[in-house]
Amino acid sequence: MSHEHGKGMSIIVKTITRFTVGLIFLYGIYIVLHGHVSPGGGFAGGVIIALSFVHLMLAYGKEAALKKLSKRATSILESTGAMLFLLIALLGFTGGYFFLNFINKGEPFKLFSAGIIPLCNIAIALKVGAGLFAIFVALVLLDLDSEKKE
Amino acid sequence: MSNISSIIPLFTAIPLGGAFVISLIGRKARWISDLLAILTALVICVLSLLSVRIYNMYGVLTYSVGGWIPPVGIGMVLDGLTTFMLVVVNLVAFCVVIYSINYMERFTSKWKFYTLFFLMVAGMNGVIISGDIFNFFVFLEIASVASYALVAFGTEKHELEAAFKYAVMGTIGSLFILLGIALLYGYTSTLNMADMANVLAQKNTTNLTLMVSVMFLMGFGLKAAIVPFHGWLPDAHPSAPAPISAMLSGVLIKSLGIYAICRIFFNVIGISQPISSILMFLGALSMVVGGLLALGQWDLKRLLAYSSISQIGYIVLAIGLATPLGILAGLFHLFNHSIFKSLLFLNSGSVEYITGTRDLKKMGGLSQNAPFTSTINLIGSMSIAGIPPFSGFWSKLFIIVAVVQAGRFGYAFWAILVSILTLAMYLKVTKYAFSGSLKESLKHIKKVPVFMKLSMAILAVITLIGGLLLVPGVDELFLKPAADTMLQGVRYSTGILTGLK
Repeated sequence: MSHEHGKGMSIIVKTITRFTVGLIFLYGIYIVLHGHVSPGGGFAGGVIIALSFVHLMLAYGKEAALKKLSKRATSILESTGAMLFLLIALLGFTGGYFFLNFINKGEPFKLFSAGIIPLCNIAIALKVGAGLFAIFVALVLLDLDSEKKE
Repeated sequence: MSNISSIIPLFTAIPLGGAFVISLIGRKARWISDLLAILTALVICVLSLLSVRIYNMYGVLTYSVGGWIPPVGIGMVLDGLTTFMLVVVNLVAFCVVIYSINYMERFTSKWKFYTLFFLMVAGMNGVIISGDIFNFFVFLEIASVASYALVAFGTEKHELEAAFKYAVMGTIGSLFILLGIALLYGYTSTLNMADMANVLAQKNTTNLTLMVSVMFLMGFGLKAAIVPFHGWLPDAHPSAPAPISAMLSGVLIKSLGIYAICRIFFNVIGISQPISSILMFLGALSMVVGGLLALGQWDLKRLLAYSSISQIGYIVLAIGLATPLGILAGLFHLFNHSIFKSLLFLNSGSVEYITGTRDLKKMGGLSQNAPFTSTINLIGSMSIAGIPPFSGFWSKLFIIVAVVQAGRFGYAFWAILVSILTLAMYLKVTKYAFSGSLKESLKHIKKVPVFMKLSMAILAVITLIGGLLLVPGVDELFLKPAADTMLQGVRYSTGILTGLK
C-alpha cells in the first residue's frame, strides 16, 4: 500500500479502477434488466452493482466511496427497494390476487415482456445492492473503530 | 370466495409494509415511528380478531398467491389452528408495542427496533398462514433472523454473546428443517402441505418419513426450546430488551416451534405412536428440568426464561397425548402461557426500569413503593402457578385431567410436582423482590410510565378472564376449531384441496 497519493491503494490500482468501475456498474444494470430473458436477475445484478461500489472503496478509501453513496442514502435505497417490491405485490390486488402478474405479459424473450417480473427484479436489485454495500460499510467502519481503540 | 379470503395475505403484507415505512420515515422523529408502530400493530390485531369471526362464518378459507393454482403455486390457508395462533401472536404483539413506546426510550434508534420487530411479526404471521412448506421455511427464517438481531439490540458484550449463541443454534435447527423439507420434497414431489399429506397418506410409512420426523423434531424442538435443545433460551431471553423477551418467550417459541410441530406432525405426516411417545417424554423432561433449573436462579429474567422451558414442556406433553382433551388443554395452555409469560417479562422489564437491577438479592420490599408492579407480579405469578380463578389454573387442570384420562399416571405425577415447583419459584420472586423490608437503595425509584402500565393492565385483564374461553359456547368460537383442525389429522388436506380447486 502506498500512501504517497493520499488514501487508498497505488496509482495502478486506482487507474484500473477508474476504467472498470463504470463498466461493472453498467454490467450490473444489464444483468438486472435482462433478468427475465437470460441468466441472472435482481439478486445477481444487485450484487454486481454493490461490488462496483465496494471496488471503489477498496481502491480509493472509504471517504471516496461514501461520497458517492452515503450511509444514509444506502439505508433509504434499501427500504425503498423493499417497499417497491411490496407495492408491486399489493398492486396485484387490482387484478384480484396478491402478487398477481397484472401487466400484459408481451412476447417471450423480448426485453419488454413478462409483466411485473422486470419490475420485481429492479426492486430486488435495489434491496440487495444497497443491503450488501451497507453490510460492507458496516464491517469497514466497525473494523476501523476497533483499531483506534487499541 | 376471493373477496373474503383476500384478508389472508394482509397478515404478512401489513407488518412488512409497516416495517419498511418506519425504516424510511421513522428516523425523522420519535413520535412518527411510535404512531406508525401502534397503527400497524392495531390493524393486524383487529384483523386477527376479525379472522375468528370470518372463520366461524365461512369455514376454512384458502388463497392462491398470484392467481397460481396450488399445488403448483403458493397456497395460504386460514383454518381453526391458524386463526387461533394469529390471535395469540398479534394480541401479544399489540401489547408489546404499547409497552415499547416508553420502555425503548433509553435506546437511541427506536425506529430500528420497530423495523426489526415488525419483520419478526411478519415472519411469524407468515409461518402461521402459509400452506406451502417451503414458503413456511422462508417465513420461519425471516422471523428467526429478525429475532437474532433483536436479542443483540443492546450491543453490550453479554447480549452479543447470547445473540451469537442463539444464531448458531437457531441456524443448526433451520438446517435440519430445510434438510427434512428437501427429503420430503424428493419423496412426494410436491411442496403444498395439503397435497403432501395426501401423497404421504397413499404411500406406506417408510424409514424416510421416520427420519424426516426426527429431523423436524430436532429442528422445531430447537425453535421451541424443548429440553435437550434448550441451551440458547436461558441466554437469549434475558439478554434481549424486555419487550423482546416477552415476544420471544410469549409467542416466538410457540409459533415457530409448537405451531410447526402441530401442523407438520398432526396434519402433514400424521401422528404415530412413536412420535407421540417421544413428544410426551420430551415434554415431561422439559417440564421437570426447566422447573428445577429455574428454582436456583437469582436473575429475575433468567428465572422467567427457565420457567418458559418448563411451561413449554406442559404444552408439548398435552399435545403429545394426541387425545381430543389433551390437544384442547395443550392449546389452551399455549394461549394462557403466551399471555401471562409476556405479562411477567414485561413486568420484569418494569422492575428493571424502576430499580436498575435484575438481581433478586438486591431487591426487596418493592410492594411498598411500587404497588402497581407488585400487583401485576402477583397476578402473573398466581396464574402461572395455577391458582384459581386465574386462567393458568384451568389449563393446568385440564392438562392433568387429560393425562390421567389417557392412563399416563406417571406423567400426571410429574405434572403436579412441577406445578408445585412453579409455585415455589414464583413465591421466591415475590418474597425477595416485593415483600420484606424496603432496601435503602430503593427508597427513591422512578415511576412506571403510563403506556407500560396500560399494556400490562390489558394483559392482566386477559389473564383474569382467560378461563372464560372454556365456557361452552365461547369455546366453539375460538379454542374448539383449533383443536378440531389438529384432530382431523391428515384428512385436513381434503378440505383444503377442494377449496383450492
